[in-house]
Parts: sequence; C-alpha cells; structure tokens
Amino acid sequence: MSDYRNDPDAVQALVREDGVHRDVYLSPDVFALEMQHLWRNTWIYVGHDSQVPNTGDFYTTTLATQPVVMVRGEDGTVRVLMNRCAHKGAKLVSGHQGKCEANLLRCPYHGWTFRLDGSIRSIPQKAGYEGTAFADSTAAKGVVAIANVRNYRGFVFARLAETGPSFEEYFGESLSSIDNMVDRAPGGRLEVAGGTLRYLHDCNWKMFIENLNDTMHPMVAHESAAGTAKKLWAGKPEDAPKPMAIEQFLPFVNGYGFFDEMGVKLWENGHSYSGVNFSIHSQYSSEGDYESLMEQAYGAERARAILGEVRHNTVYYPSLTIKGAIQAIRVARPIAHDKTVIESFTFRLVGAPERLLERTVLYTRLINAPTSVVGHDDRHCYRAIQEGLAADGNEWVSLHRNHQTTEQEGMAGVYNGLSEVSMRGQFRAWARFMRPAKPAGDAA
Amino acid sequence: MSDYADLVDFVYHEARLLDEQRFDEWYDLYTEDARYWMPLTRGQPDGVSHTSLMYEDKLLLRVRIERLKNPHSFSQHPRSHAQHVLQAPKVESVDAATGIAILRTPFFYMESQMDESVILSGVIWHHLVRSEGHIRIRLKKIELVNCDAALPSIQLFV
Repeated sequence: MSDYRNDPDAVQALVREDGVHRDVYLSPDVFALEMQHLWRNTWIYVGHDSQVPNTGDFYTTTLATQPVVMVRGEDGTVRVLMNRCAHKGAKLVSGHQGKCEANLLRCPYHGWTFRLDGSIRSIPQKAGYEGTAFADSTAAKGVVAIANVRNYRGFVFARLAETGPSFEEYFGESLSSIDNMVDRAPGGRLEVAGGTLRYLHDCNWKMFIENLNDTMHPMVAHESAAGTAKKLWAGKPEDAPKPMAIEQFLPFVNGYGFFDEMGVKLWENGHSYSGVNFSIHSQYSSEGDYESLMEQAYGAERARAILGEVRHNTVYYPSLTIKGAIQAIRVARPIAHDKTVIESFTFRLVGAPERLLERTVLYTRLINAPTSVVGHDDRHCYRAIQEGLAADGNEWVSLHRNHQTTEQEGMAGVYNGLSEVSMRGQFRAWARFMRPAKPAGDAA
Repeated sequence: MSDYADLVDFVYHEARLLDEQRFDEWYDLYTEDARYWMPLTRGQPDGVSHTSLMYEDKLLLRVRIERLKNPHSFSQHPRSHAQHVLQAPKVESVDAATGIAILRTPFFYMESQMDESVILSGVIWHHLVRSEGHIRIRLKKIELVNCDAALPSIQLFV
C-alpha cells in the first residue's frame, strides 16, 4: 500500500478517468487526507439558519470531523465557530441545539465566557495571567470563528481553508436547485421542521454520495421494497385513491428506460442532479390549494415554471444532497473511512398547506430512516462494497458506463440518466481538491 | 387489576410471535384502523407532521411483512433475529365507553444479524380492544429511550 500521507502523486493516481482505486474507500490515510484537503478546500454544508432563529440560539455539528457550533449573533448574523474553548479545548456546548444563557458561550470546565462572535468576555481570576505571554497567544483571541461562511437563502455553508474558490465559483449554477426548493414556498422561505433522522452507516461517505444519482440501482436494490408495495397495490381499481405511501414507493421500481430518459445534469466541481426532464416525484398528487397560493405569490407563469422543475437528487459535493421537489435534504457527516452518519432534515414551505410538510415527513420516514425498507437495502449494498473491495485480483472500481473521451475537456452538460458520469465528475473534483493547498504567494 | 390477566398474556403473546417471526399471525392481531408507531423524539405529539421511525398503518405493515418473505430482500441476507425481554405489563386504564385498555410495558429488545446488533429499550404502550371474542391492537406505541442516537438499521419489529 502506498504512503499516501507523504506522496501526493500516489493520491492523484487513485483516480482514473473511468474508474477509481479501492483505497479511496478503504484507506484510513486517504480518509485523513480527505478531511485535511477535500473537506477543507471545498464549501461544506453546516445547517439551516431556521435552526437558530433567535440571538443566542446554537446548533452543533461537525465539519470534516471537527466540532463546530452555528450560532445567531446579537447583530442577527449566523456565525460558525469552532466548538472548542480557547483555554484547554473543551467543547463549549454539547447536545445538538439549544440557547446560550445570557447570550454567552461559557466553558463548563473553568468558566471562561465568550461573546457570540467568539471574542473573550471574561476569564475568572484574570490577574493570574499578568506578566505572562498570554496576551500574545492564540488563546487570547478567543474561540476560532470560521472566516469563510456563506448563508445562501438560509443554507449555511463554510470553507475551512483560508484560501480557495469563492462560494459562487465553487457552486455556480448548481445553486439553481436550492433556488427552486426555496421558491416552492409561497412565502419565499423554508423552515427546518419535522425532526432530524440520524442513520449510522458502516461505510465510506462517498458510497452514499455516489448513490444519490446512481439510477441503475433502484430497480434492483429496491425491488423487494417498492416491488412489494407495487404488488400489493396491483389489482386496485384505476380510480381508487392512491395512498401517499404507495405514490412514493412505486416509482422506485420504474424501468431502466424511465431512469435513462430522466437525464442527469453535471456542473463542474462534482455537483450534479438527476431528473432533468422529469423524476420519481413528477406524478405526485396536487395538494389542496397549494398551486393557487403559488400563483398568488408569483403569478401564474412563474409559478408554473417553479413547480414544473421536479428534480430528483442534487448533490452539492461533497457534503449535501437535496430533494427540492419534496423539500428534504440529506447530509453526509464522515466519521472514519468506514463509518458515516447520514442526517435527514425536512422543511416546511412557509405559506404552503401543512399537507406538504406531511408529505416530506412521510417520504423521509419511508426512504431515509434507519427503519426504512429502502434504506436497509442501500445500506446493505454500501457495506457489501466496503467489505467486498478487500478482495484482491481487481483493485479498481469501474465507472465506465457511457464514458466519453470528450469528458476530458470539461464535464458540465446534460447526459443520459443511466450514465455513471456523475461519479466521474465527483472523482475529478475529488482529485483536484485533494491536492495540498499551495503556500500563499506561490504563483504556479 | 387481576381481571385483566388475559390482556397481560396477550402482550407477552404478541412479543413472542415477533421473536418467532410468525409475522402473518402477528399482523392479524391488529385492527383494520391500527397504527404501529415508534416516535423519533420524546413526547412527540403525532406521526403526521413530524418524522417517526415508524408510523405504519396496516398497508405499510403488510409491505414490510411481504418484503421479508421476498428472496430479493438483500438486507436480510442473512436473516436478522430479535428477542424481546418484557417487564410485567401493567394495565394503566380502561375506558368504560370505548372499552380501550391501555397497557404499559417496559422492554429491552435486541436485533442481531451476524456480527452487528442493535439494542433498543424503552416503554411500549398497547391500546387494546375486545372484538368478537378476540383481543386486538388499535395502537402500539414504542417510546425508545435511545431515540436520539444515530441508529443503524432496525429491520424487524420492536
């Protein structure tokens, strides 16, 4: 096995145009390098600003395995701080969310307090630092605030590396999927609602991300779940009202033709979505007076355009995947090379009938929960890959499906839905952002 | 409440059917309008506007049971096995008008598949009715003590 930590060229050699070496999934060293480079050089999803509606509200998570806290400041700004006391390093807040007492972050160990922007407010018995070099230390600067944070229509992202692509450069036109999700609210705003599912996966994070636009698997892996639902519904009269659960299960066993014609769109930097022409969400029943509320908010033509865009999964590489059409997102939180937590969040469309929240809550339970019959088979396959790749004799994962040599010139574009092009695009970005950042001033 | 010994026996019987994977018999214990509910959060008011781990009507229970019989249920290669350990069920209330009896049963549950296992614990609430000489379940609500943990797959029924 190569010494990846000291050999950047060996890391680059793990990715070919039409395949990847198994070590991208199996090597703890490659995982450590991913957290050090790929997950620092790119924009990672932190949380939604509706999770911290008021000053002093906080939400904790990890970015590249590092503990962070998203907090709403006294000026209304949402900041992302390292969840680490400036003194001895204790996490300042535990639990997933809460409210800072007196709008201060107070360390549970020695009682140092910090303002919501991270600056030091007070240190007990401060005279003990007189005559020391404390004032010039990093500790005296307070809690580290991440400099590069962007709140895009409520979605908060951070880039840990000090230098790198701007938010707009990195995501470019892929932001149209977030736009469509937010625009689906007659009130123009989303709110996280309906709880957070946390599903523990014993696999590498990339297996989950790749799967989101892998359209060759549903009819195989999900035959037992969706196919069973289809069989149980078969024979019901044409005009029998379809339960929402049946409506959501059935498209998973559509044929190859459906998923191929669906189409997949790629942008640079690993971002993509499937469902260019239609998707598994296209045939859902309309809900109450939602469409007329949209027309009132946007006018008939614009409302039709917003609702006519029914994308399947959009991948904001490497951390976030969204389903704008049903206002649900899934977030990859890598823990180790073979351990990942997938968090699922649902959203209320402000100004829309409550039934739409009920629909996304149902979908998330049926498809994304640790108790989901669809999730079970996905997770089984990821784990099977994690274990199967240990087999010698073939160290490469094939990504040849519909590969074209013209992809070398640039990958943005629309492709047939069954193509593995979205994975090739992800690994091209992977290789690019796995390069160690160049020192400042290096013009090369 | 010794008059309710048959309700208590019923709760033990239900868990035994699950542990022995007699799912078709288990399914028949539920009324047509029954719900099998495992909330995601403590004190969760409903299963409609908030995500649950399970909030299954009979149709969704049937999907799960039929899927378990399907040889292409890959996540069941090999099969999972489960065991309930129940504390003595206690009749908490009986509604004179509807006849609904509510029973509270603390439990431990282990589900195992080769080297992986998941342990769940908490309280099961049964809402039971008598119908044509049988006891039937209107609602089974499972309140997990570890509902906020990042959980692996839970593939059978608590």
